[in-house]
Amino acid sequence: MNPVIDKVAHWREEDTKCALATVVKVERSGPLGPGTSMAVSEDGQVVGSVSGGCVEPAVFEEAMSAIESGEPKLLTYGISDDEAFGVGLTCGGIIHIFVERVDW
Amino acid sequence: MADLLTRWHKALAEQSLVATATVIEGPPLGSKLLVTPDDHTGTAGNSDLDKAIVEAARGLLEGGRTNTIHLGPRGQRRMEDVSVFIQSFAPPPKMYVFGAIDFAGAVARIGKFMGYRVTVCDARPVFATKERFPTADEVVVGWPDEFLKTAEVDQRSVICVLTHDPKFDVPVLKEALNTEAGYIGAMGSRRTHDNRTARLKEEGVSEEQLARIASPIGLDIGSRTPEETAIAIAAEITALHTGHTGGRLADRSGPIHARKSEASKSTR
Repeated sequence: MNPVIDKVAHWREEDTKCALATVVKVERSGPLGPGTSMAVSEDGQVVGSVSGGCVEPAVFEEAMSAIESGEPKLLTYGISDDEAFGVGLTCGGIIHIFVERVDW
Repeated sequence: MADLLTRWHKALAEQSLVATATVIEGPPLGSKLLVTPDDHTGTAGNSDLDKAIVEAARGLLEGGRTNTIHLGPRGQRRMEDVSVFIQSFAPPPKMYVFGAIDFAGAVARIGKFMGYRVTVCDARPVFATKERFPTADEVVVGWPDEFLKTAEVDQRSVICVLTHDPKFDVPVLKEALNTEAGYIGAMGSRRTHDNRTARLKEEGVSEEQLARIASPIGLDIGSRTPEETAIAIAAEITALHTGHTGGRLADRSGPIHARKSEASKSTR
């Protein structure tokens, strides 16, 4: 059983709001392939991951705002370069992540 | 809990084939469909677009693949207004290995390595033991043809008949030909192959059916040991699945990963 969808189903059964973040595209090198996902509940629980830990904090924030607004969003994270405070991947890859509130 | 999520969760729990299709660019952003081989739920806003998405999802689902497709607002191909991420959730494909010999041990190991759920079956209890096949998911003592009648076989399944004894080979191969298996291979020398082919013909197996059997099994890489033979078998399974013929990439030009033939894909 897919642990992320199992958890999402469990949250929805309890009427807990949540969002799902899914890797939809990986360019160049990336740690996890398309289809890898992470879910966040309205009370801040997290299951799964979308990278080697590089972008999860940013995705967590985006998931929380998706739970609030209901607006789905396609996010792109690339190389961190010199952006000291920017979010990025150390591996040199670019990942595209779709974040959506679980309304379906 | 909403209908789509309930069905998705249930399909995953039952390990049945299911794909999700999500609009990730273009309107209607975030809409989602759940697609199974014979049903779908959810909508992307209009029936033409839904139809194109469901068709593409079933194609990907057949091979257990995940991809993003691009369509026009009413499902037109060669347009890019709408991007749809399609994810397949498929249980591991099955490999059935008949004949509990050393070659079977190596084939069972490489089968696991390739992601198959591996079953080894042999009528002889002394040979068909979990100790001899520690990597196999299941070791069955029974007549191969009897076992195959009850086994779950679909287009993604592979059947490797390694007994190379006509007494076992002929009944199990006849049974294998009654299944949808994407690959049926039978081990044996040229002599065994000729003898087996003659017997299968005597039993009423047609030329067309015989062509489904990879015999002698494996790509021609000069294998001798069980491990080398397992590599030849694994390479043949991969090559037939993708429609490639084998041979050295160094001797060729052109794309390495391209699927060469749609025909071979549909037999899978």
